[in-house]
Amino acid sequence: MKIEISKMLQKKKKQVLDLWMKNQLKDANLREDLMSNDELRVQSEELVDALLKKLTDENLADIESADFENVYEILSGISITRARQGFSPRETGTFVFSLKEALFETLQQELKGDPVALYDVTMKVNKLIDSFGIVTFETFIKGREEVILRQTDEITEISTPVIRVWDGILALPIIGTLDSARTQVVMESLLQEIVNTSSSIAILDISGVPAVDSLVAQHLIKTVSATRLMGAECIISGIRPEIAQTVVHLGIDLSNVITKSSLSSALKHAFSVLQLEVRKKQKENYSLKNM
Amino acid sequence: MEKSRITTTTNSMTILTVLNRDNFKIEREQDVVPFRNRVKEHAVKIGMGLVNQTKLITAASELVRNMLRYANGGEILIEVVSKIRENGIRLTFTDKGPGIENVETAMKDGFSTGKSLGLGLPGAKRLSSEFTINSVVGKGTVVTIIKWKNG
Amino acid sequence: MEKIPILKMGQFLLVTIQVDLYDRLALNLESDLVQMVSTTEARGVLIDISAVSIVDSFMGRIIGNIASMSKIMDAVTVVVGMQPAVAITLIELGLPLSGVHTALNVEKGMELLKNKILVNGEVPDYDDDEQYDDLDSTQ
Repeated sequence: MKIEISKMLQKKKKQVLDLWMKNQLKDANLREDLMSNDELRVQSEELVDALLKKLTDENLADIESADFENVYEILSGISITRARQGFSPRETGTFVFSLKEALFETLQQELKGDPVALYDVTMKVNKLIDSFGIVTFETFIKGREEVILRQTDEITEISTPVIRVWDGILALPIIGTLDSARTQVVMESLLQEIVNTSSSIAILDISGVPAVDSLVAQHLIKTVSATRLMGAECIISGIRPEIAQTVVHLGIDLSNVITKSSLSSALKHAFSVLQLEVRKKQKENYSLKNM
Repeated sequence: MEKSRITTTTNSMTILTVLNRDNFKIEREQDVVPFRNRVKEHAVKIGMGLVNQTKLITAASELVRNMLRYANGGEILIEVVSKIRENGIRLTFTDKGPGIENVETAMKDGFSTGKSLGLGLPGAKRLSSEFTINSVVGKGTVVTIIKWKNG
Repeated sequence: MEKIPILKMGQFLLVTIQVDLYDRLALNLESDLVQMVSTTEARGVLIDISAVSIVDSFMGRIIGNIASMSKIMDAVTVVVGMQPAVAITLIELGLPLSGVHTALNVEKGMELLKNKILVNGEVPDYDDDEQYDDLDSTQ
């Protein structure tokens, strides 16, 4: 007589769970610092529940069965939270694969007398749990990638701070390499800020840009021209001697761009354009008046 | 809207999935503004940023103008396409005009047979992420551009 | 036929483009504006494009034409309020509109026009006077 493996496993659910927990807990590398044993039990129970509820003898051999959708969802959830909590891939992998041992042990006890059936079901369970493992890894990586993407966005945002140095004067210090994608972000945030503050002068400081090749120079010229189209003036400051050398050696024409060696000289130029003057307070005058 | 999934391959052999398609006929000058608005609608729907939207619509505007000037109009296929992780808009401009004799020269800045600045084709190419042109003299011209959401 | 209204403000003409232009409309604007410069003997033309979301090479050419035509009729053209996205696109398109004066908004555009017209002849040493005034008031 053929035994219904799924029914049998469903009946033995508690045993499977206990065995799985035992396997997990005896592992010396268990991360009790990241997750308490109770939480781990809740997580494990949820997965075993979902799996055994949907398991039939038919879908056991079909890892792509729609019946397992819920299981895959739970697995993905577990995997993503674990990635965020800082579990290593190995730890997350071990979590899933240790379920296999628990299932095998249970099956072995139940099917002692029927090695053929045992072999058959072992192979199927093996395949199923492997597929679970793969899903876990995929979502684990996806979780990590999301973190990386978010950080990339954050870095782009942080790396283009538009500063209002004076009424009508903006400054944008660029730190790091300029590529097309970044220039677009720089250009957009600078131009938008010009509109928001109705500033007539923008200073682009490139002292933090490691190298200026013809492509970067082209990006800079584009930014300057776009600023001009909007009705503001753009000064490029922070031209280090090395940069001046490469620019000339590469034959890049910056003659239509106002360039200054330092941010302070650019600011001075901006002041003179806006007809502003900064000077030291004259104490003598003050004391003369008091006499 | 109709959701058909058709997979095609472009020159670079990347697999593109078409998520949505929409046809537009251009017969006279007044069709240009509604067409630009239609392109904009699709671009907004996939979450394209303002600058890329503007680049796409400007490129489209240049190409539509060429179609009107040299071929008295034509048809445009607007498609939302997706590649691995990115969505984009693909526009295919088909006309039955006289065709372009020397595509290479036509792609150069400042070249124009008509009375224009000659920025149409090269400008549209610079504004798009991908650009292909096929022209047969006497038969017509097909220009395809793609603008990716983030490119 | 639709028309873009042209307002006269003293020595200046003011045009605010509120709709997306198709070619005929833009061409009409060009001829209307040049006509107006001639009849009113305007010294400056201010074109506000802050509501325009697309400027392609055709529109760019019209703007350039208006500027050049006004110039030979002794009027200065200032284009104001260009959207950042439009500016970026025009540069990428290869159309820097180098012959056209620009300003951030109508107010600054007016200021620029006044300065240009003063610099161009009527009160040549105006700037110097102002500087002397400044010195007087601070002392």
